[in-house]
Amino acid sequence: MTASATASKAGWRLKQPSIIPGFGLTLGFSLAYLSLIILIPIAGLLWRTADLGWSGFLAILSDERTIRALYISFGTAFIAALVNVVFGTLLAWVLTRYRFPGRRLIDAMVDLPFALPTAVAGIAFASLYAPNGWIGSLFMPFRIAFTPIGIVIALIFIGLPFVVRTVQPIMEEIDREVEEAAATLGANRFQTIFNVLLPGLTPALLTGFALAFARGVGEYGSVIFIAGNIPYVSEIAPLLIVIRLEEFNYAGATAIATIMLLISFAMLLVINLIQAWSRKRYGNV
Amino acid sequence: MEVKINNIRKEFDRFAALHDVSLNIASGELIALLGPSGSGKTTLLRLIAGLDFPTAGQIFFGEEDASHHSVQDRNVGFVFQHYALFRHMTVAQNIGFGLKVRPSASRPPKSEIKKRVSDLLDMVQLSGLENRYPNQLSGGQRQRVALARAMAIEPRILLLDEPFGALDAKVRKELRRWLREFHDRTGHTTVFVTHDQEEALELADRVVVMSQGKIEQVGSADDVYDRPQSPFVFSFIGESSHLPVEVKDGAVLFQGEPIGISQGSDSAGDLFFRPEDVVLTDEREALSGKVTASRRLAGTRIAEIDIANNGHAPFHVEVEVPLHAPIELGSEARFRPTRWKIFTK
Repeated sequence: MTASATASKAGWRLKQPSIIPGFGLTLGFSLAYLSLIILIPIAGLLWRTADLGWSGFLAILSDERTIRALYISFGTAFIAALVNVVFGTLLAWVLTRYRFPGRRLIDAMVDLPFALPTAVAGIAFASLYAPNGWIGSLFMPFRIAFTPIGIVIALIFIGLPFVVRTVQPIMEEIDREVEEAAATLGANRFQTIFNVLLPGLTPALLTGFALAFARGVGEYGSVIFIAGNIPYVSEIAPLLIVIRLEEFNYAGATAIATIMLLISFAMLLVINLIQAWSRKRYGNV
Repeated sequence: MEVKINNIRKEFDRFAALHDVSLNIASGELIALLGPSGSGKTTLLRLIAGLDFPTAGQIFFGEEDASHHSVQDRNVGFVFQHYALFRHMTVAQNIGFGLKVRPSASRPPKSEIKKRVSDLLDMVQLSGLENRYPNQLSGGQRQRVALARAMAIEPRILLLDEPFGALDAKVRKELRRWLREFHDRTGHTTVFVTHDQEEALELADRVVVMSQGKIEQVGSADDVYDRPQSPFVFSFIGESSHLPVEVKDGAVLFQGEPIGISQGSDSAGDLFFRPEDVVLTDEREALSGKVTASRRLAGTRIAEIDIANNGHAPFHVEVEVPLHAPIELGSEARFRPTRWKIFTK
């Protein structure tokens, strides 16, 4: 009791590094790297935004066009990440559970969105889903391209590998015995999947969702081709930033960027907290 | 529930894991399937459970042919070596799982499930831990949760696959005694798989010794230890040594010389004996060899003896010697088996 009390009073303490050297060097290198790549640019962003002053910042924040753009960016990224969690999990399941001809090919194809220039994907989607495109024409008069639905489709494509690649390794590690135990207890296949297997995948699903969502919020290249970029309707926040830049309104651009940064950071933090909580509860597996 | 296994054969990709195995298990019996790895013991257990289906043969639960019933329909309790607990569920949720997933017609009400879970926790002596998660329990506790979970569905038979294999020696011994008491109290027909002969001999009513997909012998601990029916059983259970011998005119000959023991009919084969079934002697007709090592084993002393073999590698035998008469290393020892068995080739 006393020991734990003193420990908690002492508060944060450096974890005693092991006798194997390298702690100082690796931590120093990591900090320097993080500063150069992430911290300094973000500090610059905040610095630039500060030029505006509080009232200027609030004015941009309350601008209808900014609000709509943020709403479209985060909304479409959220929907796309949700869709990806469902279909990405299904795809990961098919790839880990079944052996069929072409499995390796499909497995390799999952990574394509990582490698393909996003503009190429955007142009391909735009021509396919446009009102006169192969797929788009089937849905007329309902329009897919040049609406938020088009944005969602582009973001699903961009985010898919994040979900598949985070869920797949965890799925491969699922112990066959756990499924067999559920079966001996009388659970049918459906109950085994929904009560036993999926809850075990929750941390991985959350990670996959967070990654796909974060990627979707920041995506620019593929979206601008299919979105139609109609202000208040299908204009995403990153595009608005570029527009502001082209108007030489640097402070306005950085203000929108700062807002995006804050919202993204808050959402990712919440997701991380949920993950930490579930890890603590179910054991780190 | 009585279980009858009739001429079961199981092949995996043309490799036969079980050849024509038959076994009758009486209601309320505690049976051990004992054998080295690859002997087919776990395969047999999984076939009884319905986790695999036999290539040929039938399995009867009482009068009912269960061979092609699904694992869900067989209503068996299965305990896995590595527990296979659901780690996102509490102890209570784990134990109640089998009741919760029943179709609504036969599912007990929530209060009933809760009561059953708390009774089972009492039975496995884990009351008070119902809200823990599996990763907050010790290995022995996890295995008892796994057992309670299997018992919750009121299984017709209880099957355990190396239930104590992942536990340390002390916990294993405790749980072993505990399982015996548990079985005596509940009276479930129980089959468990083990490669630990001590566990099998101590715990089971009958031991099924298996090797290479076949049953070598079925019997009580006394049967398999004192009356082994095959060279495999003789050497697998307990300590033993063996020497090639011939029987001529009733006398047992080793390397052509009589060794002072006799047996009925003429034959040739391997003479098996245990270290404790040996007497040191001064008589000329005896086995003799050079003592190469001696070691103290709890209440006894074991001498290792090399018997010369005409320039080939010597035969190595182990013999129990009196504690008070230490045997000198390098000296010549003469001895005769007092109990033995010759398995003809």
